[in-house]
Amino acid sequence: MTMTRPILTCLALAAAASLTVRGQQTPPQQTPPPQTPQQQSEVRTVISGAGGNAPKLAIAGFIPLSQDAETVAAAKTIGDVLYDDVAYEREYYMIAKDAVATVPRPASVDKVPLDRWRELNADGVIVGSVQKVAAGIEVQVRLIKVATGESAFGQRYTGPVANPRRFAHTIWDELYKQQLQGRGVARTRLTFSSDRTADLIKGPVASRDVQEVFIADYDGANPRRVTNTKTLNITPTWSPDGQIIAYTSYRPSGGMGTFQDIVLSYITTGDRQTPANGDPSKQNYLPVWSPDGTKIAFTTNRDGNPEIYVMNRDGSGLRRMTTHPAIDVTPTWSPNGQQLAWVSDRTGAPKIYVMNADGTGQRALSADTNCDRPTWSTAPFNEIAYAVRTGPGYDIKVYSFATGQATKITDGIGSNESPAFSPNGRHIAFTSTRNGKVQIFTIARDGNDLRQITREGNNKFPNWSQ
Amino acid sequence: MRHTQFAVIAVLVATLGAGGCGKKKPPVARPMPPPTSTTPTNAPPPPPTPVPETTAIPPEPKITDDPLVAGDLDQINKNSPFEAVFFALDSFEVDGPAQQALNANAGILKKYPSWVITIEGHCDERGSAEYNLALGEKRALAAKTYLVSLGIPADRLRTVSYGKEFPFDPGHDEAAWLKNRRAHFVVTSK
Repeated sequence: MTMTRPILTCLALAAAASLTVRGQQTPPQQTPPPQTPQQQSEVRTVISGAGGNAPKLAIAGFIPLSQDAETVAAAKTIGDVLYDDVAYEREYYMIAKDAVATVPRPASVDKVPLDRWRELNADGVIVGSVQKVAAGIEVQVRLIKVATGESAFGQRYTGPVANPRRFAHTIWDELYKQQLQGRGVARTRLTFSSDRTADLIKGPVASRDVQEVFIADYDGANPRRVTNTKTLNITPTWSPDGQIIAYTSYRPSGGMGTFQDIVLSYITTGDRQTPANGDPSKQNYLPVWSPDGTKIAFTTNRDGNPEIYVMNRDGSGLRRMTTHPAIDVTPTWSPNGQQLAWVSDRTGAPKIYVMNADGTGQRALSADTNCDRPTWSTAPFNEIAYAVRTGPGYDIKVYSFATGQATKITDGIGSNESPAFSPNGRHIAFTSTRNGKVQIFTIARDGNDLRQITREGNNKFPNWSQ
Repeated sequence: MRHTQFAVIAVLVATLGAGGCGKKKPPVARPMPPPTSTTPTNAPPPPPTPVPETTAIPPEPKITDDPLVAGDLDQINKNSPFEAVFFALDSFEVDGPAQQALNANAGILKKYPSWVITIEGHCDERGSAEYNLALGEKRALAAKTYLVSLGIPADRLRTVSYGKEFPFDPGHDEAAWLKNRRAHFVVTSK
């Protein structure tokens, strides 16, 4: 018995549109929190499955309320993307699209033929409409409990028609939260390095591909370039507020050498900061943000050897975390910011290590050797995923602090590296060579639901926005 | 070496003395060595009198045919005089063959004392991407340390690691991997 209230979600769309990286003079702003509808304090209707099984859900589609091409196309996109978003979390059993297609589309969201959905054993059905309005489109959506005909979730959204995918992402994130208290990732983004611009680096050695930093929706849609230095820009990571990307940028410096800088790029304004520049005495790489966004951990050779350091995000307060003649590299923060995991080869082959954020308590995490790039997920999972050599190539393993065990979740096809957890800890982005070039894939933390995210050029070093 | 320097001076003197008769400027790109007690270069420029007949003018090719002096950086690096230094899998140890290559490279650095070089550390694709950034760095630093032990000043030696981002051989076999585990030398300035 949820009230259907109109809300404006121009905000979310504006956030997407504001990713035009250059040209704006406005200072970086904190993204305002999404406008979630005021839920009335009423009894919540939850779609549940029979006998403890996952609820069976049909996405009946979105009805275009006018027949102009733009509205028709937007309605189809929203339905398709919503299906993918819902399926991604595997909370519902998705009734197949061809079965859904046998049910005649209703004329409006108020006239849904429940008998036909009962025949398909649907527990819930999502139906919506798209109407052209002055501000763009108005999207109405309803989740109906098939057994009773009750509306379990209902909303209206208005916004520009330019990016209909954003409506679907918003619907799913809000529905997931309202029905299952889930933290959706449909509006999160990936950042990564790509050679898709097909530029070559100017320099003494021919045939070196430029890599620029890109961002894209979590499903790979709407890719946008962040850097344009035509050099090597790698290992990007998101600031917790989603406004800044920190990355390693190689800077050829005339007769001085080539230096690895840590650069912060503000994606909405194009502003740049360089808290740790390389010079003849030091190189800096692999930056990662602390969960509160105030600090950056990174690797640097300023002591003549790769070590882990932490600095404030403006470059002040530099602090050395490791002191060992072996390699110490690729740090990551625990979700509460009180620990760091990293890679060290201090006992031979590289292993994953964990330490307190003050550098004390350094210890090996697991017995696995030839490991790389730890990433640490939030509660309730609290797991560390990493790449580990399993044969000719690498696979992704997930270590559970609860069991002390690490589980392999990729299948040994190609080399699988550079894992990065989604903010809800349920998914991992990583790179794989299974289809030839290096591409970014996502996979559920239990090893199911492998999806290829990138297809253009080679794409490396994924990191997931919070 | 010393002989070449005198030849350079001789040509300069000859050119100045000839009052600009040589339209071709000698392509001497590097700084002059400090004068020795026996050379007259501390004196003011010679007056514009005719060149004494006893001054021999060496043929120009003696100077111009060292492309490492005359060429620009791109040309030098495209036909690099330096040997690549190769490493074993997962290793940054400078072994016997690597030492031989570095000994040869040290000789070149001593011959061209104004050169600043960048030692690039590279890895093959069998290592993982992030760790390889550090492993490549260790390889470059190991090569640098060895060169310093041979008397090359550290401030002439830059290092940078490219991990496995820039394989020299795109193949996926032992022959390719061997080429890709290397410290690669690039002349940065001269």
